[in-house]
Amino acid sequence: MEKYYTLEIPKTDRIPKLVEHLYAKMPEIESARARLITESYKETEALPIVMRRAKAFEHILDNIPIIIRENELIVGSTTIAPRGCQTYPEFSYKWLEAEFETVATRKADPFYIADQTKRELLEADAYWEGKTTSELATSLMTEATRKAIEHNIFTPGNYFYNGVGHVTVQYDKVLAVGYEGIIAQVEDELAKCDPGDQDYCTRSQFLQAVLISCRAVVRYALRYAELAEKEAAACSDGGRKQELLQIASNCRRVPAKGATSFYEACQSFWFVQQLLQIESSGHSISPGRFDQYMYPYYKKDLDSGRLTREFAQELLDCIWVKLNDLNKCRDAASAEGFAGYSLFQNLIVGGQDRDGNDVTNDLSFMCITASKHVFLPQPSLSIRVWNKTPHALMLKAADLTRTGIGLPAYYNDEVIIPSLLNMGLTMEDAREYNIIGCVEPQKAGKTEGWHDAAFYNMCRPLELVFSNGYDKGERISIETGRVEDMTTFEEFYDAYKKQMNYNISLLVNADNAIDVAHATRCPLPFLSCMVDDCIKRGKTVQEGGAVYNFTGPQGFGIANMADSLYAVKKLVFEEKKVTLAEYKRALAMNYGQGFDEITAAEIVTQIVKEMDAKGMEVGEDQIAAMIATVMSEELPAEEKKKYEALRAMIDEVPKFGNDIEEVDMFARDVAYTYTRPLLHYRNPRGGQFQAGLYPVSANVPLGAQTGATPDGRLAHTPVADGVSPSAGKDVHGPTAAANSVSKLDHGIASNGTLFNQKFHPTALSGEKGLENFVALIRSYFDQKGSHMQFNVVDRETLLDAQKHPEKYAHLVVRVAGYSALFTTLSKSLQDDIIRRTEQGF
Amino acid sequence: MDYLQTKGRIFDIQRYSIHDGTGIRTICFLKGCVLRCKWCCNPESQEYGIQEMIVRGKAKVIGQDVTVAEVMETVEKDRPYYNRSGGGLTLSGGESLCQPEFARDLLHAAKAVGINTAMESMACAKWEVIEQILPYLDHYLMDIKHMNSAKHKAFTGKGNELMLGNARKIASYRGTRLSIRVPVIPTFNDSPEEIRDIAVFADKLPGVDDIYLLPYHRLGQDKYEGLGRKYELPDILPPEPEHMHMLKKVVETSSKLRCQIGG
Repeated sequence: MEKYYTLEIPKTDRIPKLVEHLYAKMPEIESARARLITESYKETEALPIVMRRAKAFEHILDNIPIIIRENELIVGSTTIAPRGCQTYPEFSYKWLEAEFETVATRKADPFYIADQTKRELLEADAYWEGKTTSELATSLMTEATRKAIEHNIFTPGNYFYNGVGHVTVQYDKVLAVGYEGIIAQVEDELAKCDPGDQDYCTRSQFLQAVLISCRAVVRYALRYAELAEKEAAACSDGGRKQELLQIASNCRRVPAKGATSFYEACQSFWFVQQLLQIESSGHSISPGRFDQYMYPYYKKDLDSGRLTREFAQELLDCIWVKLNDLNKCRDAASAEGFAGYSLFQNLIVGGQDRDGNDVTNDLSFMCITASKHVFLPQPSLSIRVWNKTPHALMLKAADLTRTGIGLPAYYNDEVIIPSLLNMGLTMEDAREYNIIGCVEPQKAGKTEGWHDAAFYNMCRPLELVFSNGYDKGERISIETGRVEDMTTFEEFYDAYKKQMNYNISLLVNADNAIDVAHATRCPLPFLSCMVDDCIKRGKTVQEGGAVYNFTGPQGFGIANMADSLYAVKKLVFEEKKVTLAEYKRALAMNYGQGFDEITAAEIVTQIVKEMDAKGMEVGEDQIAAMIATVMSEELPAEEKKKYEALRAMIDEVPKFGNDIEEVDMFARDVAYTYTRPLLHYRNPRGGQFQAGLYPVSANVPLGAQTGATPDGRLAHTPVADGVSPSAGKDVHGPTAAANSVSKLDHGIASNGTLFNQKFHPTALSGEKGLENFVALIRSYFDQKGSHMQFNVVDRETLLDAQKHPEKYAHLVVRVAGYSALFTTLSKSLQDDIIRRTEQGF
Repeated sequence: MDYLQTKGRIFDIQRYSIHDGTGIRTICFLKGCVLRCKWCCNPESQEYGIQEMIVRGKAKVIGQDVTVAEVMETVEKDRPYYNRSGGGLTLSGGESLCQPEFARDLLHAAKAVGINTAMESMACAKWEVIEQILPYLDHYLMDIKHMNSAKHKAFTGKGNELMLGNARKIASYRGTRLSIRVPVIPTFNDSPEEIRDIAVFADKLPGVDDIYLLPYHRLGQDKYEGLGRKYELPDILPPEPEHMHMLKKVVETSSKLRCQIGG
């Protein structure tokens, strides 16, 4: 007999109804949490912070309005409105007040906000002036660090404005013993405390804070039990009445006690997942190895005949829908960086156990089916791939990929496990890793990884080389000498490394300031009771309670920097076709393409500053006129021609992503300018910094803050995505691009790397298409790539590309062995391809 | 190892080809062809001489003289993908048989290092030429375009007798698998009768058990303009999917062959 059930289980009618209900309206901001936390904080000013946090959590859970949505089997909603969000003023609030009038109409992730809510938030927020983590963090940073952030060298905005999240807790422990079990453990620890102990004050306060938090969670579930019973009593539909009574019975048992059935385990899981997000506003709170910790409950019920596979699938599908019910409103700039209302709740299937055996099971397959059934962005489904991953699971995953949903992401055990060992994890822990958020590996229930600590724009230090440390007329970095005076490539590259090192040290300062601010103002006792070794150590994860502590800021723009530095090396120092002075001027003039509004505004700001210094007054009208003048400025035709010639020359220089050994090895070295220095730094929790190489979707907004680069990239256009080659620069197809990317050192980027590939559906059509697709992933992984994810281009994308060719310059379509850049084909040929796309499967 | 130094003329090497032969393959396109099919999607393949073609407004030189060793350097790069997918090297053209020594030595070089080989070809050459290639060839992907020699000649420039004769001989050769591929071209061979005739012929070839119907596409059309040539079939449209499925049914009812639409 097969070790696992691989057939597709059908979807029930309930699932589309749940989805429809969830997406009927624009998500809404609610004020309940902000009001309640403020009420509580006002009452607890005399208490230690960890106790204040617990009491606030308790006050919120006892009073926040609750709701059971139509047709739900798994209950627990953070807001009354579907997909709504609460606010978290203890981290930051001013940005939201400033965006009250635009948050509903902005392009990225709009939220409705009622006037009544605005008033309530303003009232609550008034308390928080000077009390937030972001304000404390700012005061802890050096002047130079603040300057670097202001000038967009890096942005630590995620944890600066929000909770940290980015954790996987011990779901298995809650499923097994419930919060009553944890309460018993904590009471034991408390009993061991002696008032004479050195750390008695902090330890006993923390443990009592955990007790308050856990008891509050149990009461919160009971509120749901009561609500379900009330609704059942009023329900005339016999079927639904029974469902409500079952919900009530589940909530009476879990998460207070250990789960006795698969259904209870599902409900218990959900409360943990939901309530972690009420305690703090962090995203990327990741379910992790769901197929593993849920399996014992599934197996037991299935074997005893208490559970059908169909009902188990329906429960999974319900959880998948619920994961999309949680939401978060970010500031406008961050919303662009994390576009798509995403909470990055990463759930991973497959892989190995602590002893190195493959642990694929029925649920691994059913999780993939759930994503196909629900067809929503959450959870961020992932699959662990290693040499013993069953082929059937790979095919099942590939079958989901070809729907175009962009899931699952594939992870390579053969790279990630050694890289975690290298960071000090034990073999057993490394083998049990899961992924947090986008691509960040860690060991669940033992790690505070700070995985998304910042975005560091690797292009900006190169701009600082050309400007000798100046930006927008202001000195913001070290001086590395005038480029005009540099006579060797080594000198130039060395200047880049110095600019990198200096700014990396500021990045560390920023992250550590924020880290201290969280520990000081927002320790999280509820989360901490599900992460080892907090209970034993008597402190929260924010204070260093976790076994493993890391800080992982992401570098991005590797492809741009590899191509840029390589072009400078070739054109300036080897072929001597252009001087650095000429290059510098070409970059400043955006290769003769004229100034866009951003550059024009920067130039005018500088002029106005100078005029100001001389005591001249400039009005708004004048400034607008000056910007218009700068923008309409035409360069002399001759000069423009020169820049165009330079750009054509740059175009001819080989680029990363084409499987050219020399260029790829160069890129590997350039990536080290970020990954290696970071390893030398430590965080306040006693852990180490580790690099990631991926930008989420920040390569677009942060690219907009980056001037022209020596690889021919124009000012303020997106930079390369993840470790992928620059858009449109890889022209030898997916195997060549994958080979190039695999030549980077993925092992040292232990916070994760991200490689995106785009495919036309015909590449995955039929059985043979799937087999070849799986082979492609396997081969990239054979060559020590770490992560891979795929966009399968759909009809809508192609139609959009017809309308907006400028957005799709790099879109390669492959049909019947013929490949072409889509946008260069004539309209009728494009129509042919669109037709073929529809026939893809 | 002299075969590594043999020179030939190619116009492209395309990696990650998944529609021509088994697995993930690298296709080497040899320049020069004996036929002049009106629908040809690679018109730059037809002349043996090196040409200029306008590609996106820029003149591009089509055709490059290379050694077997140079081609193998690129072919080797995707070995991990061949290993995982059962892929390898495919020769295409043009008609590879127009450069028989180069084709043979390239296939030889691949086989010598354990890489699977395939060749797309019309088998339009003397048997002696084909015979010396077969020992190095795992999979022969042979085009049969029409059973009526006169119509074949009208649309491709040559009758079909030599190719059909060769098809029988290749089929009898034990070491090489033979698959038949039919480009389905409206106004030329897309009627049920014409497809049926090809299927019946292919079915009789010993060892042949699959046939591919490749729907006409116009993706090469822009290249004619780039070469300063006129595209002679501007008005025909790719066959509708329903029509392709009907033809597949025709093949399946008139033969025992496995039939697939597309490569």
